Amino acid sequence: METTLAIVIGGLYAISFYLMLRRSMVKLILGLMLFSQAVNLLLFTAAGLTRGQPPIIPEGADALPVPFADPLPQALILTAIVISFGMIAFTLALTRRAHSSLETDDLDQLGRSERP
Amino acid sequence: MLTVLITIFVLAAAAPMLHRLLRGATGWALALPVVAVTAWFATLVPAVSGGEVILESRPWVPALGLDLAFRVDGWSLLFLLLIAGIGALILIYAGGYLHGHRHEGRFFGFLLLFMGSMLGLVAADNLIVMFIFWELTSFSSYLLIGFNHEETKSRAAALQALLVTGGGGLALLAGFILIGQVGGTFSFSALLENADVLRHHALYLPILLLVLAGAFTKSAQVPFHFWLPGAMAAPTPVSAYLHSATMVKAGVFLLGRFNPLLGGTDVWHTVVTGVGAATMLTGALLALPQTDLKRLLAYSTVSGLGTLTLLLGIGTTLATKAAAVFLIVHSLYKGALFMVAGAVDHETGTRDVRSLGGLFKVMPITALAAGAAALSMSGFPPLLGFISKELLYEAKLAAPSGAMLITAAGVGANILMVAVAIIVGFRPFHGARQLPAKPMHEPPLALWLGPAVLAALALVAGLFPSLVDRPLVSAAVSAIRAKETTVELKLWHGLNLVLLLSVVTVLAGVFVYFLRQRCRALAARLAPVVRFGPERGYELGLRALTAVAAGQTRLLQHGYLRGYVLTVLGVATVLAAFALVRFGPATLWIGFEDVRIHEVAIGVLVLAAALVAANARSRLAAVVALGVVGYSVALIYGLYGAPDLAVTQILVETLTLVLFVLVVVHLPQFSTLSSPRRRRWDAAFAGVAGLVITLLVLKALHVESGERVSQYFAENALRAQGRNVVNVILVDFRALDTLGEIAVLSVAALGVFALLKLRPGARKEDR
Repeated sequence: METTLAIVIGGLYAISFYLMLRRSMVKLILGLMLFSQAVNLLLFTAAGLTRGQPPIIPEGADALPVPFADPLPQALILTAIVISFGMIAFTLALTRRAHSSLETDDLDQLGRSERP
Repeated sequence: MLTVLITIFVLAAAAPMLHRLLRGATGWALALPVVAVTAWFATLVPAVSGGEVILESRPWVPALGLDLAFRVDGWSLLFLLLIAGIGALILIYAGGYLHGHRHEGRFFGFLLLFMGSMLGLVAADNLIVMFIFWELTSFSSYLLIGFNHEETKSRAAALQALLVTGGGGLALLAGFILIGQVGGTFSFSALLENADVLRHHALYLPILLLVLAGAFTKSAQVPFHFWLPGAMAAPTPVSAYLHSATMVKAGVFLLGRFNPLLGGTDVWHTVVTGVGAATMLTGALLALPQTDLKRLLAYSTVSGLGTLTLLLGIGTTLATKAAAVFLIVHSLYKGALFMVAGAVDHETGTRDVRSLGGLFKVMPITALAAGAAALSMSGFPPLLGFISKELLYEAKLAAPSGAMLITAAGVGANILMVAVAIIVGFRPFHGARQLPAKPMHEPPLALWLGPAVLAALALVAGLFPSLVDRPLVSAAVSAIRAKETTVELKLWHGLNLVLLLSVVTVLAGVFVYFLRQRCRALAARLAPVVRFGPERGYELGLRALTAVAAGQTRLLQHGYLRGYVLTVLGVATVLAAFALVRFGPATLWIGFEDVRIHEVAIGVLVLAAALVAANARSRLAAVVALGVVGYSVALIYGLYGAPDLAVTQILVETLTLVLFVLVVVHLPQFSTLSSPRRRRWDAAFAGVAGLVITLLVLKALHVESGERVSQYFAENALRAQGRNVVNVILVDFRALDTLGEIAVLSVAALGVFALLKLRPGARKEDR
């Protein structure tokens, strides 16, 4: 399954890179969102996959039953998901504001508006 | 020593305030503590001349082996006395010269800052400390030279001085670091104990050249001599101080300081002597045609510095003696003459020697001081200058190699110096009065005290050389030679070749003085050639630098987001590819034996949905496709033992989609903005990047990272009162990270609020 996921991750990366290179603001945001998914999956996969064994100590036991899914990358990804949500929310608001102020969706136009 | 430095720096900081309180008396008031410092240095003389070296050390950054260490030996003490003594006179002088200037208080501050840096430099034992003070002198002299900052010329001169000496400073730092590496310590005293280590090391040549680069730029040696005359844009007290006693002598100090460590080799002799001789002649030749008093003196300083360098290059005991004596002589007469030039300028409003004359009647004391200083400069008995010149010739004649050449160059330069001395010290005061008859008078006490004291010192020391030889010069020479040396100076050396040379020098100098008009005419004709000198190189270099800076800024900061993204992603991909090839196991993790069909289906779904999102024509389709990707990823998390991730992902995905829909309805429909060619190119790049990432993942799976910290978390989760290890990590083991995460979210929320709610237009209405 790792091999499959590696291909999925590479694909997500490729598509997100392509989207981030577009001139449209909305596409840039789409790219960013896919990008954070890809990064999270990369972390998740690279740490090693363990099927169906969440790192939760069963009631009554005093240790995790081996094997268990690695909890550390999960904690990292959890943080990353939330942070990327904050980032996306901010970018969306920024886009909305930029569009209402500058009346364009084209990032190249945006660059020109910076200069007097 | 540290106390002294701190006192001076505190005074520097307090100077502007003091000036507000004391007004005209500030110069005198500030000179008092400096005189006290000088007196304290003077009390060290007996001990130091007895061969003692005063060491003082205080830990500063012990982890880096950095101590605030000071070392006062004969060579340091000579400089300390000159710097503090002349500094006190300059402070008084500046009080008179800049009286009523708008920034007088600030000026005193800069001057004291410079004085403190200079004292620290010559007393420092630790090389890093020495470098810090070295840079401080460059920095404070920048402030002083550019003091009249409204004038373009001043600013340019200050920048030039800073760049040249600062560049040398960098070389010096590199040299010091190499010395530290080779010698194993930054302490000069410790290095001195194994003095031969450096000379026999493979890195000796780079070290020597780097240190010399620092010394030569600071001491305005050819080809770096051009910044010194430019620095004449500074107010005269600065010129008198920086260009007589101190800043430019820092390079000479460095040469003397490192003579025991680096000197005595053939390279040292060749380079230092050669550069010194070239500078000595260049300075003298360039000085003669000048008509501005300060520029005359500036070029003669260049020549004097060349002489000092030359002597230290020769490096015999005799030459070292001559250097130490000439150092004193030069500081005395040059300081005096600069102050005289300033006083004349102050009273008459001009420094052009062609329009000055007959001032003796108006300002006799100044004229007397100028005359005495000029006599010392031309080496007339019974002034100290005479003794120095005798020694100079003696040392040059006895030079181990090229004695005749060096002596000839020395005589030539000195002849020109005699002519310059007459132009500066006598011409303005004698002959017919040329200035329009406006009411002129003797400058105030503050303006003539400095030159008078310095000239008197030159006379007294000449008459009674025993005042300086044993107490000061012996110890200084011992420190440079790193062995006990006793020096005795005599006014009368007897009738010999040296005396003959002195007489010839003076006579020829007078002769050249009368030819000065013709020299000026010649110089005017040669001006186009001189313009191709090193200064032109400096200008071209500076222009090229700004051109390169502008060019690369245009290239990298082009203002197109897409370009920036491409640069970042491209570099990241190349680095990842490099890591892929260079590191890690050679095999990839490829295996399909453990494949379950529903999982592959999810993977295909993710990719298909992402493709749809990328190519969607309608915004809604893109949003839906994005949702599919998000939820599928959540499924993968759920399947592989990460229920927390799955839940969070689903929640966040939902929120994001809602937000996205809310915003996107306000944006226009997608339109195709890029050309098809552009799109194909981007797609190809993205494909390659994706492939690299896939390979990276496959390779990373092979890497065993040793003991995992997760094991610790798993074992100790129960002690933190939790059964869900992921949760325990977040709220317990790594709780601070979570706090940071919350902070990020809060800031993002504030930003969103500000972007959506606040209107600059609305604010304008409020006003």
